[in-house]
Amino acid sequence: MLYINCPHCGMRSQNEFSYGGDASVKRPELNKEVTDQEWDNFVYNRKSIRGKHLELWQHISGCRQWIKVERDTATHEIFRTFKADEEVA
Amino acid sequence: MTQAFRIENGGLINRDKKLSFKFNGKTYFGYEGDTLASALLANGVHLVGRSFKYHRPRGFFGAGVDEPYAVVQLYRNGETEPNIKATEQELFEGLEAKSVNCWPNVNFDIGAINNFLKIFLPAGFYYKTFMWPKSFWYRIYEPFIRKAAGLGVASTKHDKERYEHKYEYCDLLIAGSGPSGLAGAYAAAKNGAKVILAEDKPRFGGSLLTSDVNIGNQSGKDWAEGIIAELKTMPNVVVKNRSQIFGYYDHNMLVMSEKVSDHLPSTKKYHPNKRLWYIRAKEVLISSGSIERPIVFGNNDTPGVMLSSAAKEYLKVYGVLVGRKPLVFTNNDSGYETAIEFKKHGVDPVVLDSRKNAESEIIDEAKNLGINIKNSYVVVAAQGYKKVKSADIASISEDKKQLGKIENIQCDCICVSGFWTPTIHLASQSGNKTKFKEEIDAFVPGQSKQNEITLGAANGIFSLDETLKTSFKAGSELSKKITEKDNEIAIPNVVEKKSSQHDKFWCVPLPKGKNYKRFLDFQNDVAVSDVEIALREGYRSIEHVKRYTTLGMATDQGKTSNLNGLQLVSEIENKVVPAVGHTTFRPPYTPVSIGAIVGREVGKHSKPTRKSPMHEWHEKNNAVFVDAGVWLRPRYYKKGNENLFEASKREAKNVRANVGVCDVTTLGKIDVKGPDAAELLNRVYTNAWLKLPVGKARYGVMLREDGIVMDDGTTTRISENHYHMTTTTAQAANVLSHLEYYLQLVWPELNVNVVSTTEQWAGAAIAGPKSRDLLKKLFPNSDVSNEGLPFMGYMEGDLFGVKARIFRISFSGELAYEVNVESDYGNFMWEKIIEAGEEFNIQPYGTEALSTLRIEMGHVAGSELDGRTIPFDNALEGLVSKKKDFIGKRSLQRSAFTAEDRQRIVGVVPLDKQTSIPEGSHLVKDDKAPLPNPKLGHISASCWSVEYDNPFSLAILKDGKNMIGQKLFAMSPLKNKVIPVEIVSSHYVDPKGERVRS
Ligand SMILES: [Zn+2]
Repeated sequence: MLYINCPHCGMRSQNEFSYGGDASVKRPELNKEVTDQEWDNFVYNRKSIRGKHLELWQHISGCRQWIKVERDTATHEIFRTFKADEEVA
Repeated sequence: MTQAFRIENGGLINRDKKLSFKFNGKTYFGYEGDTLASALLANGVHLVGRSFKYHRPRGFFGAGVDEPYAVVQLYRNGETEPNIKATEQELFEGLEAKSVNCWPNVNFDIGAINNFLKIFLPAGFYYKTFMWPKSFWYRIYEPFIRKAAGLGVASTKHDKERYEHKYEYCDLLIAGSGPSGLAGAYAAAKNGAKVILAEDKPRFGGSLLTSDVNIGNQSGKDWAEGIIAELKTMPNVVVKNRSQIFGYYDHNMLVMSEKVSDHLPSTKKYHPNKRLWYIRAKEVLISSGSIERPIVFGNNDTPGVMLSSAAKEYLKVYGVLVGRKPLVFTNNDSGYETAIEFKKHGVDPVVLDSRKNAESEIIDEAKNLGINIKNSYVVVAAQGYKKVKSADIASISEDKKQLGKIENIQCDCICVSGFWTPTIHLASQSGNKTKFKEEIDAFVPGQSKQNEITLGAANGIFSLDETLKTSFKAGSELSKKITEKDNEIAIPNVVEKKSSQHDKFWCVPLPKGKNYKRFLDFQNDVAVSDVEIALREGYRSIEHVKRYTTLGMATDQGKTSNLNGLQLVSEIENKVVPAVGHTTFRPPYTPVSIGAIVGREVGKHSKPTRKSPMHEWHEKNNAVFVDAGVWLRPRYYKKGNENLFEASKREAKNVRANVGVCDVTTLGKIDVKGPDAAELLNRVYTNAWLKLPVGKARYGVMLREDGIVMDDGTTTRISENHYHMTTTTAQAANVLSHLEYYLQLVWPELNVNVVSTTEQWAGAAIAGPKSRDLLKKLFPNSDVSNEGLPFMGYMEGDLFGVKARIFRISFSGELAYEVNVESDYGNFMWEKIIEAGEEFNIQPYGTEALSTLRIEMGHVAGSELDGRTIPFDNALEGLVSKKKDFIGKRSLQRSAFTAEDRQRIVGVVPLDKQTSIPEGSHLVKDDKAPLPNPKLGHISASCWSVEYDNPFSLAILKDGKNMIGQKLFAMSPLKNKVIPVEIVSSHYVDPKGERVRS
């Protein structure tokens, strides 16, 4: 079971979190014309990355904040975690 | 029965407490502190079961967790449990156990015929058989294997035992309480670290309990007891026996199964049977020791053949002789230690040493005691069927290829030692890349992946002195990093006998003309010949050989067989062992009860149960409850002998005729507050929200980004920047997460806060033509007239001194209101409603009547909003704004969603106006069409219309818009029904919606 450092609460076990997918996906702006392809990429198309992956988790049984977690999908190593509004350098 | 093989004195058992137990129906006696195995051996019982495949007689091979044979069915306190190792099960008064794998009994077993039909079950039997004609499998093999195979029977009764889960955090977790574990734990504890020390056996000390060593001028056993006693007094230390760490998972999470009650005749009151510990450790010391490995020879599975360390343990710990004429077969000094113990207890062993010459302090002691030692000698085969009677032995050439003349010597047990295999399971599970250590012919942990260090014998260190030094150091250094304390510990002086180099010999060649079975895997009956077949048939990878032969796949996970299997493959393949590599070690290390894994999460404990504040009232008024998400809701209120159908019809009718009240506390409620609250709603819902005035409610539909309806509900503007959102009971948690996602990640610029208020409000829906009259009585000071509180209006009211929220909203399609008060006043509100409603013939109604009312009105609910439908499908396209953007809007342009013949909600009435249509039935054009009959739609919800007194259903139907008036068939193969139906409008009652506005 993963041990995730919530930037708001500290180290917490995985069972307090729920997974939210790829954190690099950006929702197209409201009222903006988008092509079918752009919309499909946003809604459906995801890369299945082996290795370092920036992903979203929600600390659902804790502070309820959505956070970003940089995790290796093959080894489960967690490198860094970020607040939702933190820039990922 | 006497305990004929129990020695006069000695052992760690409690001879003052005699226990009786039954094995295969026969009564025996043992002592407190025995295992089932040691007690049986004390009574001279060696035959405990039959082997898995050939049903050969099985005895005891080990004395602990490594035991491959002695798996029994246990009976305790009216319960039964399979897959219990007799070598681990502690004896208690009244214990009952039975052999498995034998029918009709262990002495005469029909399956043993397999032994003579070996051709029947060679390597790959299961795979090859699957390729045979299918009919053979079902008719012949499967029933046969079902009867013959298996390691016991699982109980089909509800398990009355309780199991607990516990979460723990510690600085150092130490797996195993042998010398390395004790030293590591002690050093860390002295530095103030939070330590958990786990031992799978009932007694602490590991090898110190049986070895002839001296630590700090005490015997090893006394030293261990002293350390444990001191650790137990320390507040920063948890010491646990009967606790097996069986899994090493990600981020230093280890799981331990603690057997709290298995050693007792019955579980104590308020105690669990087992406790599963999830332990997050900063550092892990693996001190799991090593397991002796066998030498392979003919008939080496005969009862009476066992590991020499086990024979020593039975003698030193339990005071039991495993035989009176022992033959010790060894390739190292460990066999001598066992022989010396026998000799000290007046039994004359014969030692066969595969080495030509070996000299050490231990061997000198054996010689001085006058033990008969034969060098360059091996056991060729054990003789005897249900018990060893003699052994064929022979000298062996130095290259270990040629056997001398075969002699037969009498013996009643053969104690084997083929050196030691470090127990590296936990290290390997943690991701450690193991390496092969040439000097000991075994794998040891290599580079650590997580924060783990392996100590002592588990790391291939067999000298006690070195083990203690390195373990004290490891415990001290790791704890120092955490606690920043450094308490020096004097490392005690160690006296141990030096041993000589072992012989890399593991398998006795077959003598000419003999075809003895030489077993590698004792539990799964995998012999040398099986692995040879697998390799001959082209299997190369050790993982494939394992699966083809089932080597190491039994419940003992090959603890005694894996390395010899690797030796064989490497020999045939002409590769070195590390090039062959070992198979993956996976948790659990030992079998774990399913009950322990499930814990308390069974039955009603599998999820929390939520009850509304009015629950007790419902109970007192004969409510029959139904699970709604995590909530318990009244399904109907039973009057007299009514059934569900009669009661719900009565309740629904009363709503249409008079007034009813329904507990709607379970609806999800979310407070939405902030200057941008309206903007958020406008983006989340498909319809427009910017112009909703204060004091007004609006029905809204929200989509997922893929255009599918996520949820619906009404949201009310309580004040300028404050909205009260309701969700369906089932989606409450998801909707909150959904809002948080957009507020925190997508539109952080919106100044809005959301919080769940589901539990803060108790809700009552008051519905029916007389509801306004009732409301007037409840709120005499409020203007609840049609003008004062119009449809979709909201006001606050005073309910006999309690602040209430009054919403004029309707799910039933009748004139209706919803009253909310703070939860603590829920019951007060409910009782006032019932009291005041008496003169209007009020009746409470449950979810079944609620469903009936909404179905015949064509209002959609969870059965239509099923994660596959868009607004159009639910006739909700009128709520989809064309002007503004919202979540999921772009997806609605997908061609499938705009297709001419898109599915849509319709009403369905059976032509006979009698037959109810089962929910889930398929709608088809032709009931006689060949299968697969093209499906046009499905019945989503069914009821008995109280308005028209006939069955009515809702359906999601292809091209539903143009299907009104069509005649179709509703087919339910499950219920074996074919019902001719007519498609009608989904708004079956009051299609213009006049009643809600009346
Ligand atoms: Zn948090």
